[in-house]
Amino acid sequence: MPAFPKKWLAVLLVLAVVIPLLQPVLPDIVSNYRLFLVSTMIIASIAVLGLNLLTGFNGQISLGHGAFYAVGAYTAAILMDRLNVPYWATLPAAAIVCFIVGYLFGLPALKLEGHYLALATFALALAVPQILKYKWLEDLTGGVQGIVLLKPEAPFGLPLSEDQWLYYFCLVVMVFLYWGAANMLNSRSGRAMMAIRDQPMAASTMGIDLALYKTVTFGISAAYTGIAGALSASAIAFVAPDSFTIFLSIKFLIGLVVGGVGSLAGSVVGGIFYVLVDNSAQALSQFVRNDLGVPFDLSAYTVFGVLLVALMYLMPMGIVGGVYLAVRRLRSQR
Amino acid sequence: MEQFLQQLASGLANGAIYAALALALVMIYVSTDHINFAQGEMAMFSTYISWQLMSWGADFWVAFVAAVAFSFVMGVTIERVILRPLHSAPVLSIIVVFIGLLAIFNSVAGAIWSYLIKSFPSPFPKSDFGIAGVIGAHQLGVVLVTLVVLGLLFVFFRFTPLGLAMRAAAQNPQMARLVGVRVDWMLALGWGLAASVGAVAGIMVAHIVYLDPNMMGGILLYAFASALVGGISSPGGAVAGGFIVGVLENMVAYAGNQIEKATGVYIIGNGEKLTVALIIVIVVLTVKPAGLFGRVVVKRV
Repeated sequence: MPAFPKKWLAVLLVLAVVIPLLQPVLPDIVSNYRLFLVSTMIIASIAVLGLNLLTGFNGQISLGHGAFYAVGAYTAAILMDRLNVPYWATLPAAAIVCFIVGYLFGLPALKLEGHYLALATFALALAVPQILKYKWLEDLTGGVQGIVLLKPEAPFGLPLSEDQWLYYFCLVVMVFLYWGAANMLNSRSGRAMMAIRDQPMAASTMGIDLALYKTVTFGISAAYTGIAGALSASAIAFVAPDSFTIFLSIKFLIGLVVGGVGSLAGSVVGGIFYVLVDNSAQALSQFVRNDLGVPFDLSAYTVFGVLLVALMYLMPMGIVGGVYLAVRRLRSQR
Repeated sequence: MEQFLQQLASGLANGAIYAALALALVMIYVSTDHINFAQGEMAMFSTYISWQLMSWGADFWVAFVAAVAFSFVMGVTIERVILRPLHSAPVLSIIVVFIGLLAIFNSVAGAIWSYLIKSFPSPFPKSDFGIAGVIGAHQLGVVLVTLVVLGLLFVFFRFTPLGLAMRAAAQNPQMARLVGVRVDWMLALGWGLAASVGAVAGIMVAHIVYLDPNMMGGILLYAFASALVGGISSPGGAVAGGFIVGVLENMVAYAGNQIEKATGVYIIGNGEKLTVALIIVIVVLTVKPAGLFGRVVVKRV
């Protein structure tokens, strides 16, 4: 897939920086709630990017990335709650912890492929809320109640609201992480990752250390998703075991599949998409009930489920991949 | 001692349920090489169907048979409509479809019947019998019903022409097709049977864990562990694995309890059941992927 045109990327970035500053002028359009929503989309797209690095670019299927998200979120929350670490410093800490956890989980995963790896990670995702409630960890994790945190405030007396500042903070982290991922994928290591996905045997014949690359990719992928988790802990200012169920991992999978497996731009689209559906579920349900007159509580997961199945038929490459194919087809017709 | 026996009995009852669900997973795995992540939610949906019929006034066993029949049709339909066209799709696509089905069943059940936890009746008499106080009537009933279902399946696969055709289709689809077995339909029938067996597991367990759309999550994980312990390619192994894992689960919690009583140190208890299953899954997958009774797959390099 070709790189996203640099010109458009620059325009998008400028817009992303300028629009929130218009809040005093257009308070209705650029509301604090919307800024917060966009921040959660940014966090989602980082988490989906993490999953994409592993599943999309390295071919290791994970249904349990919610676990690494949870580890990241809890690392951040415990550091802030217990040690009064500033919120920005929790991100590298979460990245390191998640890298180690991901690397360790990557070791047994080496022996597994396809369905079996999916099964092991699925089991991990199911067990996460219980592990977080484990009695010995209760002092740290706060058990079922979770941990309540403070929302970050703008530093240096900048005249920004909490939500504006959170948005910029997330945006900077996201740009940095995507830049890092793009560079990594464009390097020797990135090509090795993709070679392992496409032809593991040929890759190892070419001298690529499969075990090393696979475990390190697992670690990096977990670190990305963990950073997203840490960001979400700051953004929502609350963590609790029951927000990290199997359905969180399913949301990441939705983001991956809708955006496009093995596509950086797709990860952004996927992240935005699942937050959007999640947040408009109530409106959707009301629309079905009142306007279509169907007595059925349409939930976000019904939409997700139907989409997952339907996309596998219509656009196995995701929306970004589908659009790209369509554009190429149109061009070649001219 | 009595407590130990009680734990053993309850482990066997749970094991029967895991065995049934594990068998459903293995039936699909053997014929299509797919692990059905939606198996638990399909069973949950069937259980709701039987609950609905009972709340309309049907007798327990009438509702039971109707729900099992419904599940059969549901399984066949899913295979024919959704999975057949993806016959040669990559593994990721298949897994994604299963996860999609999981989400659909879970949310649709929640939409129709709400997420409120419902109690589910037991068809077995209340009074304790046999070794009084050790095994409850429902537990004994669960084991018996499961064993009857497994026996029927065994007879079906071993002694009927259709069962033979299904085994042939699973073992060697090309040769089976050459001798006139309609392999596609055999796979669909396998799906239907798997869904039915899953429904039995769901209806039997609902009295114990109560009825709600998320009730099968943990049980599915245990069924995975059972299937893996027994060897995911071996139906008999799955049944044995179910009982092994069911007893093991309760024994681990029981041992944790005893340790806490003796030393006052909490190590493991009922709260860690899913974690135990996770550990079983990962240990079996990495140490002995073929399980106890499974076929060792040798890959040609």
